[in-house]
Amino acid sequence: MSDLHTVNKSPFEKNSLESCLRLSRAGSAILLYEDAVYAALKGTAVENMIASVAGDRKVYVLGPDYKARGLDESRIIDGVEVVDYAGFVDLVDANDKVQAWV
Amino acid sequence: MSETKNFMFLNRRAPYGTIYAWESLEVVLISAAFEQNVSLMFADDGVYELTKGQDTAGIGMKNFSPTYRTLGDYEVRHMYVDKASLEARGLTADDLVQVEWEDWETEESVDNIVEVVDSEKVAELLAESDVVFSF
Repeated sequence: MSDLHTVNKSPFEKNSLESCLRLSRAGSAILLYEDAVYAALKGTAVENMIASVAGDRKVYVLGPDYKARGLDESRIIDGVEVVDYAGFVDLVDANDKVQAWV
Repeated sequence: MSETKNFMFLNRRAPYGTIYAWESLEVVLISAAFEQNVSLMFADDGVYELTKGQDTAGIGMKNFSPTYRTLGDYEVRHMYVDKASLEARGLTADDLVQVEWEDWETEESVDNIVEVVDSEKVAELLAESDVVFSF
């Protein structure tokens, strides 16, 4: 039994990601899309937020949104997995429900 | 004869997630056409507007990032980037587009008008502008 949590806001502008990470349970899946994809980049001031949940939650980033923003996949934080739109659908299907942190 | 003012466009939003970045670019182009002294400042998530290699084919939106590289042709002379914002996002000047500028009359040219500046300089530039447009 697990949920998919989605985040679509920049971690530098809103606290959506921070709240998602604080209020989601171990075993949850977290998908970063739209402006939240910036959180997947290595070397940022918020990198440790993702690292802090790496042990018990799986983090995904939506590839087309990441690529649109001019970021290279080689610079994604280790352990964060890139998915395409079909992968997004698979995540929705594989989890009990979707909780959006808008 | 109308007065020429120093316009500063302060860009603080990432592209694509909201319409701010695109709207700012539209107003910048209009202002330049009215022969005002136009400068751009990129701070906070606005620094993301200038990343090179943007490819929006997968999200079905227009990639407007090439337009930044043409701003020199619209007589935009300065594009400033807040260093602290860039560093907090794990980026360097190498991640950003370069914008060439040339004065067609005097043939004076600058290879890249994108300039990374510290907070003190940002404050000074904003304070010295006649008008600051916020996006």
